[in-house]
Amino acid sequence: MASETIPQPPGGAINIAPFKTDVHPVWCPGCGDFGVLTCIYRMLATKQLSPENIVIVSGIGCSSRLPAYVNAYGFHTVHGRVLPVATGVKTANPNLEVIAVGGDGDAYSIGAGHIPHAARRNIDVCYIVMDNEVYGLTKGQGSATAPVEMVKGTTPFGQLDDPLNPIAMAIAYDISFVARGYSGKPKELTELITQGVDHKGFALLEVISPCTTFHDTYKPVSQRIRFVDASHDPTDRLAAMKLALEKETIPIGVIYKNQRTSFSERIKTTQERSQAKGTPDFNKLLESFQ
Amino acid sequence: MMKDVVFRVGGEGGEGVISCGEILTLACARMGNEIYTFRSYPAEIKGGYAMYQLRTSTEILLSQGSSVDVQVCFNQEAYDRSIKDVRKEGGVVIYDSSSCTPSGTLPTHAYGVPASDLARLELRNYLTKNIIFLGVLSKLFGIDYPILETIIKQKLGKKGEAILNLNFQALKKGYQYVEQNIPKKDLYFVEKVPVQEQRVILSGNQALALGAIAAGCKFYAGYPITPATDIMELLARELPKQGGAVVQAEDEIAALSMVLGAAYTGAKAMTASSGPGISLMAELIGLAGMAELPAVIVDCQRAGPSTGMPTKTEQSDLNHAFYAGHGEAPRIVMALSSVEDAFYGIIRAFNFAVRCQVPVIVLSDQYLAQRTATIRRPDPSKLVIEERTKPTASDCENYKRFRLTESGVSPMAVPGEKGGVFTATGIEHDEGCELSYEPENHWRMTEKRFKKLQLVLKSPDIYRRHGVNDQEIGIIGWGSSEGVIREALSKANDRGIKVAAFHPRLLNPMLPEIGVFIRSCKKVIVPELNFTGQFAREIRARFGVDVVCFNKLAGLPFTPDEILKKIEEVHEQIVHHV
Repeated sequence: MASETIPQPPGGAINIAPFKTDVHPVWCPGCGDFGVLTCIYRMLATKQLSPENIVIVSGIGCSSRLPAYVNAYGFHTVHGRVLPVATGVKTANPNLEVIAVGGDGDAYSIGAGHIPHAARRNIDVCYIVMDNEVYGLTKGQGSATAPVEMVKGTTPFGQLDDPLNPIAMAIAYDISFVARGYSGKPKELTELITQGVDHKGFALLEVISPCTTFHDTYKPVSQRIRFVDASHDPTDRLAAMKLALEKETIPIGVIYKNQRTSFSERIKTTQERSQAKGTPDFNKLLESFQ
Repeated sequence: MMKDVVFRVGGEGGEGVISCGEILTLACARMGNEIYTFRSYPAEIKGGYAMYQLRTSTEILLSQGSSVDVQVCFNQEAYDRSIKDVRKEGGVVIYDSSSCTPSGTLPTHAYGVPASDLARLELRNYLTKNIIFLGVLSKLFGIDYPILETIIKQKLGKKGEAILNLNFQALKKGYQYVEQNIPKKDLYFVEKVPVQEQRVILSGNQALALGAIAAGCKFYAGYPITPATDIMELLARELPKQGGAVVQAEDEIAALSMVLGAAYTGAKAMTASSGPGISLMAELIGLAGMAELPAVIVDCQRAGPSTGMPTKTEQSDLNHAFYAGHGEAPRIVMALSSVEDAFYGIIRAFNFAVRCQVPVIVLSDQYLAQRTATIRRPDPSKLVIEERTKPTASDCENYKRFRLTESGVSPMAVPGEKGGVFTATGIEHDEGCELSYEPENHWRMTEKRFKKLQLVLKSPDIYRRHGVNDQEIGIIGWGSSEGVIREALSKANDRGIKVAAFHPRLLNPMLPEIGVFIRSCKKVIVPELNFTGQFAREIRARFGVDVVCFNKLAGLPFTPDEILKKIEEVHEQIVHHV
């Protein structure tokens, strides 16, 4: 899907202009999602993808507005259904580069039931979750990743539920590419997004993307992050789980990886198997009901 | 000799009642007869009362019949439950005399066959009981013996020589028992007739699935649910051959989400479910309306609400089909009226979906989904298949996905097409997909989305009219009751009652012809298998006229006699100016 239409400046610099639209983002100043958006532009420009061959699917929430800001096909769907919609897009047309985006509410609350099944199918989709631990569009209630005891509008005496560990969950579900990024580390994030998109199979990219308005975590996050050691073997599931369960620091990088058959490949095999018995003939099919 | 015979087989679920009925059906069809089956069975795989009904005739059949001519009882429960339905004058009951004692008023002919004992003691296999009964039916009613053997071989051949031979013995055992012990006194007989035209034997669900393939469906996502699952099973075998895909989703929300994702790429896509699943899809029906995506959603209705009675029929999802979802989202609602209409109706549904870029909800029901009938073999070369309106080169110069047009339909670009790049969204938007909360825009775009529905109103085959032209009484039914209504109507016409039926296959948008029909009648009966008269309420609201509701809520279809009785009752009222 390399494009001839997108000119790139010489000398290794990349031109992200062809992927921008003139729609102004609704995000608040300082929102982590701006950083994620820029990284997506850079990944698209670097990979020289053609806008018409890219589909960005999203759910509902601040971050789910993202498709409108990228010059590509987009589908801004309903709350929580980004993964099944993306599954439909990719399965119906496997030639498309399908990227799913959304927030932690979309991914880990209302849409969480779809994650294990996207993992089982190993859909060839990169899912970028912009996690800010709150519901931004409804003014800052705690989400599934919010710390317990956090006081917000709907939890005036403290959040009642413990937070979910998305990385541990992803490894438990055996998602074939699991990484954590941070909107404050754009260079590394662009690299992770690129790897996630290149991965043949389901990639879950948990991105810490702080909300400056309702839950500003830039400072504590910046203090606690660390890059995953070069010695870490992401194909070692137990080592990955150990990293996922780490409490003191927040590991950034590729945590877990396994290469296995993607859903698109399985669909193709199914088609080949069924076609091995001869070309489809509707009249013959009708005959079998006589 | 009576050549129009209603057979019913009843017994314990799991003892071969259904397969006995299926083999009998296939045999009658291969003998050149018309068939019309009716199934009712427990939701559990084993246990509980199960029954299978088959009507067969050399003439065209419109309904399952009003009473049973030949009842086969595998056990006492089957006898006790069904004896009241058997025709008293000339009717036949065949019962397992080793497990069943006849009581009460018997029909004219009662034949006892010790089938359980024959199976257990002579064949040493209780499971051969159903085949013994087939042998009995073969001898009594002329069901072609070699045809039965061929079907049994096709059905059981895979289980090995020993099992097959055992079943052949069972067939013979039943046949010989009648030969040696039962003198035939009844008048029923299934004739072997030459087949006039090429026909296929299909269930409603099979006809629907084949129609979807013929319409060009390339993507199906669904979640198993009674009584819709066999649509998915057939498509799972066939769609991959056509380069398509079938995905078993994690729930019905995911199923419709996947279908909308596929539709967004330009693939013809469908899901099928029943009430509980369709309830879950409500929000996505709104998204399909808002993002103007063509999608076909089949609802094989079953008795609700909640889990209701999963294996029993009902027509109670009409409200949901019309209004599911918040806000005001356009959708087309159609109802399938027969096995043949399931094939052609689903093709119409796909055509309407792509023509108007809207979700099309197709109402079937358990009664139609799971009954089999013989239909004329469709000719694929004669089908009209529509495709989406694609953007032209000039459309792409400044592409507006939701451009306002006279018909309301805007050219639809899909991913992969240059110049068509846009972001579809469920948020209110303007012609060019920019989000907009402007009051004029919301009004204008809503109007655009609803305007498209008018495009289907002049289509062929979206309603049927039956009966006399100078009617006093009108019947407006919908869905699977068309044949039953026609049969009742013809009996009423024979008795001199001027009655006609208008049977819409398109329910929403509502056909103006319904109003014209109502105004030409003195009284209009609306028969529905629901409690509250859902379609009657729509008719009253749309045309401001009253109708006579005729509701049945038994988990069972109407019989022609029930409709006939209602026609006569209304006729009396007209005659006596009540």
